[in-house]
Parts: sequence; C-alpha cells; structure tokens
Amino acid sequence: MTTIYVDGKAVEVDPGSSLLNALLSAGFDVPYFCWHPALGSVGACRQCAVKKFKDENDTLGRIVMSCLEPVQAGMRISIDDPEAREFRANIIEWLMTNHPHDCPVCDEGGECHLQDMTVMTGHVYRRYRFQKRVHRNQYLGPFVEHEMNRCIQCYRCVRYYSDTAGGKDLNVFAAHNRVYFGRQEDGVLESEFSGNLVEICPTGVFTDKTCKSHFVRKWDLTTSPSVCVHCGIGCNIIPGERNGQLRRIRNRFNGAVNGYFLCDRGRFGYEFVNSSRRLRRAVLAGPEGGRPIEAGEAVKLVADLLSQREGVIGIGSPRASIEANFVLRQVVGSDHFYDGLDAAESRCLETALEIFRTGKARSPSLQEAARAEAVLILGEDPSNTAPLLSLALRQAVRQLPLQAVEKKQIPVWQDSAAREAIQDAKGPLFIATVEATRLDEISQDRFRGAPDDIARLGYAVAQAIDPGAPEAKDMSEQDLALAKTIAAALRTANRPLVVTGMSSGSVEVLKAAANVAWALCGENKGAGLLVCVPECNSLGLAMSGARPLDEAFEDARQGKVRAAIILENDLSRRASKKALDEFLGLCETVVVLDHLETETTEKADIVIPVSTFAEADGTLINNEGRAQRFYKVMMPGEGVRESWRWLRDIGRETGSAEVGTWQRLDDCLGALIEAQPQFKGVERTAPRAGFRLTGQKIARQPRRLSGRTSGPAGSGGPEITPPADPDSPLAFSMEGYQGQPPSSLIPFYWRPGWNSVQALNKYQSEVGGSLRDGDPGIRLIEPPEDARARYFTDIPPGFTPKNTEWLVVPLYRVFGSEELSRQAPAIKELIPGICLSLSPFDAGQLGVSDADEVELTLDERVFVLFVRISEGMPRGVAGIPLVAPGIPGPVLPAWGRIRKRSR
Amino acid sequence: MEKPLTQHIKPGQSLDLKGYEKVGGYQSLKKALKEMTPLEVQTAVKEANLKGRGGAGFSTGVKWSFVPRGKDAPRPKYLVANGDEMEPGTFKDRVLMEGNPHQLIEGMIVSAYAVEADHAFVFLRWAYKTSARRLEEAIAEAYQAGYAGKNILGTGYSLELHVHTSAGRYIAGEETALLTALEGRRAYPRSKPPFPQVSGLFGQPSVVNNVETLCNVPPIISNGAAWFKTLSLTDEGGTKIYGASGRVKRPGYWELPLGTPLREIVEERAGGMAEGYQLRALLPGGASTDFILEENLDFPFDFTHTAKAGSRLGTGTFIALDHDTCPVGFVHNLERFFARESCGWCTPCREGLPWVEKILRALESGDGRPEDIDLLLAHVKHLDMGRTFCPLAPGAMEPLRSGLHYFREDFERHVKEKRCPWKRGK
Repeated sequence: MTTIYVDGKAVEVDPGSSLLNALLSAGFDVPYFCWHPALGSVGACRQCAVKKFKDENDTLGRIVMSCLEPVQAGMRISIDDPEAREFRANIIEWLMTNHPHDCPVCDEGGECHLQDMTVMTGHVYRRYRFQKRVHRNQYLGPFVEHEMNRCIQCYRCVRYYSDTAGGKDLNVFAAHNRVYFGRQEDGVLESEFSGNLVEICPTGVFTDKTCKSHFVRKWDLTTSPSVCVHCGIGCNIIPGERNGQLRRIRNRFNGAVNGYFLCDRGRFGYEFVNSSRRLRRAVLAGPEGGRPIEAGEAVKLVADLLSQREGVIGIGSPRASIEANFVLRQVVGSDHFYDGLDAAESRCLETALEIFRTGKARSPSLQEAARAEAVLILGEDPSNTAPLLSLALRQAVRQLPLQAVEKKQIPVWQDSAAREAIQDAKGPLFIATVEATRLDEISQDRFRGAPDDIARLGYAVAQAIDPGAPEAKDMSEQDLALAKTIAAALRTANRPLVVTGMSSGSVEVLKAAANVAWALCGENKGAGLLVCVPECNSLGLAMSGARPLDEAFEDARQGKVRAAIILENDLSRRASKKALDEFLGLCETVVVLDHLETETTEKADIVIPVSTFAEADGTLINNEGRAQRFYKVMMPGEGVRESWRWLRDIGRETGSAEVGTWQRLDDCLGALIEAQPQFKGVERTAPRAGFRLTGQKIARQPRRLSGRTSGPAGSGGPEITPPADPDSPLAFSMEGYQGQPPSSLIPFYWRPGWNSVQALNKYQSEVGGSLRDGDPGIRLIEPPEDARARYFTDIPPGFTPKNTEWLVVPLYRVFGSEELSRQAPAIKELIPGICLSLSPFDAGQLGVSDADEVELTLDERVFVLFVRISEGMPRGVAGIPLVAPGIPGPVLPAWGRIRKRSR
Repeated sequence: MEKPLTQHIKPGQSLDLKGYEKVGGYQSLKKALKEMTPLEVQTAVKEANLKGRGGAGFSTGVKWSFVPRGKDAPRPKYLVANGDEMEPGTFKDRVLMEGNPHQLIEGMIVSAYAVEADHAFVFLRWAYKTSARRLEEAIAEAYQAGYAGKNILGTGYSLELHVHTSAGRYIAGEETALLTALEGRRAYPRSKPPFPQVSGLFGQPSVVNNVETLCNVPPIISNGAAWFKTLSLTDEGGTKIYGASGRVKRPGYWELPLGTPLREIVEERAGGMAEGYQLRALLPGGASTDFILEENLDFPFDFTHTAKAGSRLGTGTFIALDHDTCPVGFVHNLERFFARESCGWCTPCREGLPWVEKILRALESGDGRPEDIDLLLAHVKHLDMGRTFCPLAPGAMEPLRSGLHYFREDFERHVKEKRCPWKRGK
C-alpha cells in the first residue's frame, strides 16, 4: 500500500492500480462510464476527471483522467476541485445533448448508471436547444433489446463483446456524433455471452428482452442470492421476482467463479419457472386419468409404500440439491438409493471423484483457470457445455503476453495500450475434440479424433512430460509430435491447466487427462485439473455415494424392486427407451417428484409438485467441488413444496424419528454432514437461519419497493403478511438489514447514489477483486497430502472406423441440450436443428451432401436426419446434437448404421 | 537564397530518379549508410535543430532518441512519413510529394537508418491521388537502383518501403490515430504514454515524422548541421515552406528561411490583399491556430515567436481573413469541418463540437441568443489539452477562442441584430 493525498487527506491505496480504481476502492464517489473493473481503462468518456497537483505549492493543478492516471506515492489530487466538478458536470451535459430523456419509458430506469452519474455530478439544466441525433434500432435476437438513441458512446459494449467474449458481430460504425453500435445488419447476436451487454451497458441501449415480456421496475423486485442450475460451473446469480413471477436473472459477483459475467443460457433460461407446464398439484394416476389429491394424501400414500420397507428404491438427481438427495436417501435407505444418471456419466463422475480423492492434481476455480499460463483441453467443448469456462480460457491465453507487456512499463489495466502491445499474441492453448469448437480460434493447435484417440493423445502428452507414464503405442508421427509440443508448453508454464469433461461419455478421456495432470504435478508444477460436469449438482450427487442407476434396472429385473421414488429427474434422458420402459413396467408404483411435466411424470402413478431453485433453498456442489448455497426468491405456490420438505414429511409419516425432527434446512444439513462426513465444510457455506445483523433479518427487497400493500389491495381482505422464511436469515420484506451481509447472503447491490450494478464496487475490498467478506462457496475437495494414485494404464487402442457402422457421439449444444433452459421461449428460438455431422470423407462414402437426408439405425430405432458436413470431424465418427428429447442421448456414444435415405 | 526543399520543384512536373540523382540526389543516403552510424545521423539532425514541420515543432532528433536502439531492441521497428495533410489551408506536403518524391524517399531511408527501422510507410491522404502515383513510381525506381530493399548498397542495412493510402479522416493525421489506421483499424488516437517509440505500429517501436520534416534530412546529412542552422533567420534551423490562402493577391507557397518576418510573407510574397480587400487577421498555421491581427504581423514567423504572439506556427500556411468576410461565418466553416472530423471517441469533442457548430450556424442565420456567446466561451475553456483525448478539439477551439477575443463585437452584433451583418439583401 502507498499513500496519496485526496483533497488534502492522506489515503492508503494499492500502488499497482489506476487512480480511479484506487479512489473507488477507498470509498470515494468518482463518476465514470467507459471504465469497468473487468475491462480496464481506455479514457474515452472523460467523466472521471480529477485535478492533479505537482506539489503542495501548486494551487492551479491540471485536470487528468483518473482512469488513466497511475497511482504514484505521494501524489496530490482533488476530486472536489471546482473546475474538476464543473468539467464532470459538463460531461453529463454533453451526453445529454443527444440522450432522449426517456427515463419514464426506459427499462433501465431505477438501475441506470447514467442516472446515478447525472445526479452525482450535479448536472440539472441542459442548455442545449438544438435537435438530437437519432438512430434506427436493430433486431438483435430474442435476448437483447436495442435502443440506440440512449447511447452515450462509452464503447463498453464493443470492447466487452470483442475483447472479453470473442464475439465478431457487434461493432462500432460511422464517426463523430453519429457513432453507432450494432451489427452490420439485423440478426441474432452470435455470441453466447451477449446477455452481459445488458449489465455492461450503463444506459438502456441494451436491455433484457425476456424481462420486457413481463416488465417490472427493478426497485420493485424481490431478489435473493442464488446459483445457476443450467450447468456444472455454478455461476452465482440474483433472480428477481415480483407477484409470484420470476422476472429476470442478473449476475451475482463471485470473484472465484463467474466474476462479472453469465452466459446466455444461465441468464435467459429461467422461464421454465413460470411455465404453464409447472406441476402445481399432487396427482394420483388412475384408470380415468390422473386426479389431483391433497398434499396430506400424497404423503400418506408414499409413506405407506415405504412402510413395506422391501423393494422401495429412491432415484436421486444431479439437478436436485444435496439436501433433497440426502433426505431421499435417508427415507429409502442408502442401499436403495440410486444416482439417476446415465451409465456413462455415472462411471465418469465416479472416476473423476476417485481422481481427485487419490491424486495430486488440484481442482481449480474458474478464476484460477483464467490465470493459467498453458492449457490443454482434452475431449470437452466448454463453449457449449460450460460457457463461462470458455470465457475464463480467453483470459488464460492473455497471461503470458501480458507478462511481456508489463516489461514495457505498460500497466495491464491500461487496456488499449496493453492490447496494442500484445497484438495477436496468445499463450499456448491446445484443444482436442471430436468437432470444431468456438475456442479453436484462440488455440495454438487442434486435434480432431474419436474419444479414444483423444484419450490416446492425452496419454502421449503425459508420457512426453514424464517418461515414467504409460506409453500409447502405435501413434502416428504427427500425433506424437503434437503431444511433444503440448507437453513442452505445459511443462514450461508456471500454472498449467488440463481441462476435461464427460460430455463425450468417455471415461478414457478423463483418465488420460488425469495422467497429464499427475505428470505435471510430478514436476512440481502447480498443475490444475478442471473437470467439467454436466449438471449443477452432478458432483454433489456423485459425492453422496449413490448406487448407479444401472443397478436399479438390474435389481428390478431380478424382482427386487417394487416401487421407485424418483426425485427431480426425467429418466428418459438417462436411459434408452427400451430399458426405461422395462424398468417402469417392473415397478408396481412409480412416484415422481418434479417441478415440470416430463416424460417420466407422464408415466408416474403419483406425481408430487416440487419447488424450482427459485422457490427453494439448498446446496449445490459445482465442478470445482465448491459447495454453494442458493436461496429462494419466492415462496412456492399453493400445493408446491421444496423436495426435501416433501420427503421429510414422507419420512415423518413412516415414523422415522430422525427425519421427523427436522424443521428447517439447517436441521437437514446438520444431519447430512453427520451422516456423510465427505460433505464436512458445507455448514460453512452460509450462516445458519438464526443469523441476524443489527438484530434484523436481511432484506430481500430494497426500501424503494412499491405496491407491497396496494398490489393485492383490489382483491379485498386484510393486508397480506409477508411470508416467513424459517430456513434462512433473509426476509421477504424491505424491512431488514440493507447493508452488506456476509457474501453468501447478498441479495442485491445498492448504496446511496449507486442504484445500478456498479454498486457492487462498494461491496468489494478492492474494486474488481473479491467481496469484502471473501467470495461465496466452500471448496470441499483438496488433493490429499499423501496422494497415492498411480497412472492409469488401461490405454484404449486406436479408433478404427468400421465399414458399415459409425460411432455416433453426442454433441452438446449451448442452447437446447440442457433440460430446463431449453424450455424458455427465447432459448427455444435458438436451438439448432437436428442433423447428423459427418466428415467430408464419410459424406462422400455415403454419397451424401449437405442437407441430404440419411437414416440412422441405432438403439433398434431408425432416425431420419439431415446431413451436416463438418470439416475436421474424424472419419468413422458421426455426431448428433443433443437438442431434442428422444434423439438417443442416453445411449450415446454408440455404433449405428447410416445410409442415404432413398426417395 | 538556399532552397533545399523546393529548388528542384517545377510546377506540373516531377523529378524522376535520374533527374534527382543528377542534382545530387541520394548522396546523403550513401554518406549516412556508408560513413555514419545510426547514432551519428541522429546527432546530426539533433544538432541541426530540425523541428517537426507537421505542426507540433518537436525536436526531430530528440523524438528519434526515444526509439530503443541496439541489438536487444524489439524488432521490427517502423518509420512512418505522415502525408495525411488535411489541416485546412495546408498544401505544402503535396507540393513536395508531387514535385520531388525522391527527396522524401531519401529522407525516409536515412531517417529509418537513424532509428534502425525495418519498414517505412508513407501514410498518404486519401485525396492525394497524384502523390500516390508518383510515390509508388519513385519507390519502384528506388528499389531498382538498390536504394531500398535488402542490403542497401551492400551496407547490410535493409528497409522495405510502402505507400499506404488513408481511408480519409482528418484524425488520421494525428500520429497515434495514424498508426491505428495503418494497422487497418478505426482511426482512434491513443493515449500517451506509452509513446509510439515504445509501442507504436503493431505494438512495435515506431516513429512518425511529417513529410516536410523528412525532406530536410538529406540536405542536413549532406551539408551538415551547422549549415542547416545558418539557413534560418532565427536560431531554429533550416527553411520553411510558407503558404498563403484567402483573398491575397498571390496565393501559393514559398520556401524561405525559418523566421522570415510574417509581414514580409504576407505583403511581399503573397502580394498583400487582392484589389478591394483589406487584411483583418489571419490564422498563421492552418485552421487550428489562433488569429493574429493585421497590426500584429511584425515578428519572425518561427515556432517560438509565433507562440509569443499568442498563436502557433503550425504548418506555416496561413489563411487570411479580410474585412468583407464575416468572422463568425469564417469560424463556423472551420468548426463544421472539425465537428465532422471528430472521430467520436471522447465526449467533449464528439458532443461539444457539433454543439459549437450549431450555435455558430444559429448566429449566422439570425437565431442566436445572448447566452450563446457564453456557451461558446465555456466550450473554449473545457475543450482543452488533457480534458479531451487528443489535440483535435483543442485545435478546433483556437480559431474560436481568438475569434471571440478579437471579434467579440461582431459575434454580439449577430445576436443583437438577429442576422449576419455581412449578408447582403437579407
């Protein structure tokens, strides 16, 4: 820390930052637009002007832009200087010469950074009397609304979109006061991170189109700290609710995970919560169809089933919380609790856990991944499966070049200069996948092959790093050379990273990745092994030690299963139709707890409606092994309850002494940790329900929330009491603590004068860094002291294409593959069509071209598909995007016959 | 009188390589590359006191000295000739490029050698089609003669020469925006530090010099720094191409000793005002300089003295304002140019210049209001160096500031009389 003088007062600041960052971190209110903690300084808007003095005797000083001014020990500056004040107010006045003053009809009103800065600078009277420039707006897709007249030309959008997100189709056009930010022509924004524009844009140019469909003033929202449920990364979010409807998702800062950004799937995939296909009543199936039953009756029916203790099994879910899975497990007994995963995934998760529990490699956070100096991606496409990871990897390839830039005395935060000095230089990133990915463009080299070949490449890399690692025999010269190059890059880097996952269903790839990471660890490198997992609690479920679903099917075939209780799981996504139909047929009674109609609920005897993430509390374990708590943003509707409460009630009804005593989530969690010590640490993710600050609960609503009593006034009757929330320290009220609570409990960002997302600055110790109280989440998995794992040696033979059959592999798609988000209308618009990806060679063999139809015979069914020729797709392999239920997701990868469809 | 820049330039003609060699061309190249070290070339230019002729007047030798030298310096390094002459009123570089392109090329090669550059570019104004043609022909000739390319004249020094035509924005004449444009990107300026010598074209060490500046390098090397200093009437070194536009008898250009009295240039070279017109004031160095009144023309027209007179030498090509021309309209015309040419990066320039233009337009059309003058003065105060991102807007304010200062009454008449008093029949 170093001392500077601000308006005569000594202040301690970080010597490596810009003056603006230092002043904001010290709590001063300096206005700004174009600067952003994640984007750095460019000095365009001139809003952050302060006066700088040569020394104590200099009374005149000169105006400088604090965002471009490096902190220097002893520097003397003034924020309050009258000339600086006047200049800052003038900046607003200049921006107001063209700004449309449409606050009353602008979505951004109430959380608008321009509004805040206008008030902060004191500008009130616009002297400009001439015409304003106007623009035409563009259609940019179903997520982001465009209103260019509001633009203040801060350039944040295009800088974020190109530089951070790697997008190509949003640019700046024209010049002088007609600069225009948009696409070359109307069309859907191509980047899967386009949604962050709505938070990056300081005005209402880019706004959330999905929120517009059920518009709400942002100060009227009830908000909660929550966690995204649409992939395994576990980005932190802030859902916003009003009048029983989920209105939008906003980013919740977590410096260790998602930082400032979300992907579009996570931001816009929430509409399933409001869907008309929500289950709202318990239903009992009968000969004349299902009839609604009371909750009590449903609980009794299931409890009766269990009382005949034999043969009732429970099937858990990777998208249900650890608490819900646990209660089910307790209720049916650990022997009767199954994981509800498809076989390949189950094996992969088990292997991943074993790798982490016995090996030296550390599972890094996303923030740590962003700082990796060299990266090998083995057999996973994060741009589709775990988008925020691909954003982090775009930062990783800047690490080495940035080090070179710092040698030129160019501070990293001086963004334009740093980027100019770096040019196209990138650190080493290698990607080995079945098909081309959006990360190819930042890669040094790429490998395309079948999953087994990808694994073999991994084994070769490991051996090139450590000759003691097992050798993959019969590899081509070319592949061996690539392996050596990758090995060299990983070895020389200070923080090498191996990224892998299970979306190809291959456990071989996981093992190979482990070998690489372990080989690097042997060299005393801080090597990370990042394993992408498919769903928001895949790892949590795997850690609970559930039995594989396969065994449930086998047990059923052996007559050991009489009934199944299925928790938040559509099993049609987990097994082949044949296997599932057989299993369900063997069960006398099928009970399903879920929030939406699915193929499985259709086949259930008893359906029990449960809360979504928005109406429940719980803990999820992400791919890193980080336990994070999510809190409900609204109470579940009439007839609906949290899964764990339903199951507790069922347990209580069966007479279970233990389960019956649980009142609050804390009780359940306490028992969970007791029974499953591998989850020890989860109790530290968040304070207990009784936690208070200044004697108050923490308010989920800002003081400005309106219509709490007038809203329902028309229906007559007395004032509605805000619902109690026994499970958390949060309150469904604006009455409560409004300051900064512990990080895991932050429901919104607000400070006097800071009504926009920028208020987050006040919650961080250093702006751009971790929250004052640390970033949310508790890591549960660390490499063991005495790591005993030995290299995996079961190296698969090289993939050999067959003559009449193709290895059909699943291709995960950012929109359409994830079960819940795909139901959002906005996301539905972007789900790609089903087609079969073939290499040009194979297409030639089959005599088909792009868009021809083929018949794929697989899993004893015939699918008719269009062909999509995919450059780089390996021979003998075909790919199907997982975008429609029923198209054989659970059975892939599998061999299938393909032939051209005759007309 | 010695005219090292224009002595061989004849109107409508261009000197080819043979013609240039005949009058002593490429001698300095041979001397520099064969007999001098890069540092010695730099020293000569520094001692000659050559100041940048693009308008800033910064010592060329000192500018070069900031480029990292030696075998550990980052490679490649670049030298750029700024031929994006778009300052209104300025045409001197066009004269040089069209009339004697080889002198520029020789100057570029010697200067590139001085900073150990590997590539040199001429960044050319879009509209200078003739210059583009002539430069490309001349460069081809230079390559053929072995003055450019690999291992020039067997000295071991290599330099590739390129002509790049701008897409046509005034801001691209600002050196950092020029470099960005040369990279194929939108022409936005860069903040300094880092300076181009550290991170310039493509992030590499680069130096940008004006065409006229570079054309001075061959004579300096051939004849020495001391000789160059004697050419000037003051202590600033060398000659200057001065120019005149506006209602003078003889608009045009003249190469004269730097420091020639301004009045002499106005009255003797340009012949004073045309029949029936009287000089009221002039902008000495192009549109973005402050007015100097007719009665204040008696000073040596060099960098230092022009600054003392409250203006800038700039490009040394003056624009005359006569008594029959409305000064408000005169300034409005210029502000329209500047507003249009704003790159759109920073708020005060992007939003302030169009506002200024609209106010001046309102004054001219009789819709001016009393507060308009205050608004103009507020802009003059706030569109200043350090407050805007680059010098474009501060330059735009120079004619406005001095116009308001000297012609305040005329501005106020526009408001009071609700018309432009110079417009007839209104």
